[in-house]
Formats: sequence, C-alpha cells, structure tokens
Amino acid sequence: MAVKVRIPTPLQRLTNGQEVVEGKPGKLIDLILDLDSRFPGLAERVSENGKIRRFVNIYVNEEDIRFLNAEETEVKDGDEVSIVPAIAGGRGWS
Amino acid sequence: MSFVKGLKCRECGREYGVEPIYVCEFCFGPLEAVYDYQGIKKAVSKKKIGNRDENLWRYREFLPVDGEPRVGLHSGFTPLVKAENLSRFLGVKELYIKDDTVVHPTLSFKDRVVAVALTKAKEFGFDTAACASTGNLAHSVSAHGAKAGLNRFIFIPATLEESKIVASLVFEPNLIAVDGNYDDVNRLCSEIANKYRWAFVNINIRPYYAEGSKTIGFEIAEQLGWRAPDNVVVPCASGSLLTKVWKAFKEFKEVGLLKEADTRIFAAQAAGCNPIVTAIKNDTDVIRPVKPETIAKSLAIGNPADGFYAYRAVKDSGGYGEDVTDEEIIEGIKTLARTEGIFAETAGGVTVAVARRLIEQGYIGKEELTVLCITGNGMKTQEALQGRMTEPHYIKPNMESFEEMLKRLE
Repeated sequence: MAVKVRIPTPLQRLTNGQEVVEGKPGKLIDLILDLDSRFPGLAERVSENGKIRRFVNIYVNEEDIRFLNAEETEVKDGDEVSIVPAIAGGRGWS
Repeated sequence: MSFVKGLKCRECGREYGVEPIYVCEFCFGPLEAVYDYQGIKKAVSKKKIGNRDENLWRYREFLPVDGEPRVGLHSGFTPLVKAENLSRFLGVKELYIKDDTVVHPTLSFKDRVVAVALTKAKEFGFDTAACASTGNLAHSVSAHGAKAGLNRFIFIPATLEESKIVASLVFEPNLIAVDGNYDDVNRLCSEIANKYRWAFVNINIRPYYAEGSKTIGFEIAEQLGWRAPDNVVVPCASGSLLTKVWKAFKEFKEVGLLKEADTRIFAAQAAGCNPIVTAIKNDTDVIRPVKPETIAKSLAIGNPADGFYAYRAVKDSGGYGEDVTDEEIIEGIKTLARTEGIFAETAGGVTVAVARRLIEQGYIGKEELTVLCITGNGMKTQEALQGRMTEPHYIKPNMESFEEMLKRLE
C-alpha cells in the first residue's frame, strides 16, 4: 500500500492523464520531489525552492498541510494527498 | 480606447491576453490586468475626469474594458462624508466616511465590481452571468444582470436567511439553492465554470471584476481635492478591496493626477475571522486559514485569496491591522449611526471599531486625515442587531400617556 496522490486536471498532462498516482511515504516535500522523478515538471509547478507555491493547496487526508507541519508533514502508507489549485474557489476544482 | 495591455500572473509574471481567464496555467497564481500608464497619462486630466458624470465610469481609462460602459451607469461616486461628530468622539482631527451604503442599485460596493465585471462579460459575448454568494454579490449580480439583459444563475447555500433570498429573488434570476454550506457552493461553481461558458463574476471574470474596487480609491482622492489621505481603513474578506484601494492611489500618482500617494493602509477584520490581520500582527506572509465564526458574515472568508497581497500592501504602506469582537462590531455600527446618521452593515461596524482601536493605540495619528471605507448598508444585516438595541417607548394613544413617557425620559 502506498500513498494515494490526487492530481488536479491542469497537471494531469504531466501524469499521462492519470487522476490518481502513487506516492512514496515520508516528508511531503520529498514525496513531491519523488513524483517529479517519474513525472518530470510536476515539482516546479507545485513548488519553488522546496516550498509549496502560494496558490497551491495540499491536503493530507482532507487536512490542509498549513494546519499540519507544512512541507515537513509526514505522510504514511495509506494516506491520501490532494493537490488543489487555491484560487479556483475550492478543493474540488479539477 | 482600452489601455489594458493584457493579464499578468502576480506570482510568476507570465503574461496572457485579454480573455476570460483568472489563473496562471503554470503556477496557479492569480492574474491581474496591466495597463499602458503612459497612454493613460496622455488621455486623462483632472478637468476631463471632473467634467464627466458622477459614476464610477468617470475613471474608465483605469478600468479593463474596451468599449463604452454597458452596466452600472449610475453606480459609484458615493458621498465622502466629513465625519465631524465621529472624529470628535474618537478624538481625531480629520475623519471621513467613504459611504458605500448608498451605491446604486443594491447598496454595497459590490455594485462597483459587478458593473465592471458584467460590462466585460458583455464584451466577451457572454449571455449568462453567475456567482456564488451569500449576500451582497448575489444582490448585485441579480440586479445589474437584470438591467443588462443577461441570464443569471445565482448559487446560494440552501440554508440562507429568507430576507437575503428575497433581496435576490425580486430580480428574478435563476436562484439555485444548493444543499450544502458556502464552501460546497463555491466548489460546485468552480466545476460549473469549467464546463459551461458562463461569466462567473468572481471566478473566470475575476481579474476584471476586482479592478472595479479601485474606483473607491479614485473617488476618495478626487473628493479630497486630488490628494491621497494619510490613512485609510479597509475591511478585509478576500483582501482584494484593500489591495485595489492602494493600487488606485498608486495609479493616480503614476499618471500624475496625485503628487504624493503615501497613504498608510489599515486592514480591518473580525476577531472570529482574522487570517490577514493575524499575518500582519505576526509579521509573516504565510496566511493561515481559519474557520470563520463572526456576525460579520460578509467578511467571513477563512482562506482569503488575496490575503498575501493585502498583507504586503499593508506592510509596504506602513500601515497595520486590527481585529475586533462581535460586541465591538455592534458598538461600531451603533457609533456610526449615532454620530453620523449612517447605518452600515456588520462590515462597517468592523471598520469603525478597528479605527477606534488603531487611534487609541496610536497607529493612526490624531492630527492626520483618515478615511474609513464603509462598504455596505445596514438594512441588509438587521438580524445582527436583534436584541441588542434600545426598546421603543410604548404608550397609549392619548396625551396623558405621552407626557408620562416624556417625564420618564427626563
């Protein structure tokens, strides 16, 4: 069992159209960098210099990582991570 | 005649054409209209603006439309009231109320932004206007859209109070009551905006819509005799209004209509929803979302889209922010009504109460010129005052009873 990562529509071009991909447990930012090794370009769309971009919201199991430990949030097997552009007015924008 | 060069991402600077888009496809930052200020400088003068009709379109060169204004031809140019009673009460020399309790046609500053949004929507060729709202925005899109001959889809949470529903429904839009809370409504609207070619004023038309807020700042400067105030206090929901008021003063300076634009900008929020003020006080540009709990419902945005930019405008301008309790908000509404005869909605109570604190704490100087932005009419949020007012004096229909009551008053 891995981490389930939900990809928003604008980034699905990078994941060959996949809406959900598998991620590696560990720190959230490392999970993003690991995804980038398989889906090149993804990390720079979502983060800059190790920080999640201001207008990208990331949720771990429905909780905004700003309420958790931000980029350092530990993600475990079985967790669900959602990447959601912020100004689209809500989490469901895809 | 448009001076808009295009849209630009506020985060990464990527440029886009004038289209109904609102988010940078690379970094998801918000897009903002950019102008040819050299061109505007040649096209405007104080005299030219001063000779135009008294509505927000007198500043049309600074607004992102191409042709003639089509919506909101009577919106804007609200009174700038010299608040002598309130300034005496608060112990400051010069205080003004920018009174957007009386914007045509639905009595809040949203009539300004919707006027610009729907004019642009018509230019883009949309036949349907839409929004998600719990109040002022719904009323404004319903009304302006009716006059403009647009189909309207207004999305509200199904649990909304009857009085707010009526104030939209009278304009006969398609009022869609969604079984869910405001966040659910918003999320649904974003999905709909992606599928249907409708002008969602605060989604795909947002870069144009937001520019309408600048007209408050333009009017303040013109009404003060072409000068920027020392301080302005602005209520914050998404934070957009605050950034645009600041931008207005800067733009006027840029094109030579103002000599100086050193206004300090102050953010006003409710203690029950204060993510922007918290960032200002903690001096951090990370806006931590909150779950709103305040009577100031029109300001209850827990995750403000323009929060970072509002924070930056406040900091760059040398201003500050304060947040006030529900009790202070009520007292603020009553103070403004008692001293100036203006009945503001709860957001206005927030602004007055915050100004009071900022003056007490010395952030706003007693010898300075300060403007308070009062953005909506109290008739719309009367329920907030229920049980918190004095009672009427009940009497019998005769002179004796009346004079008895008069004695009791003495």
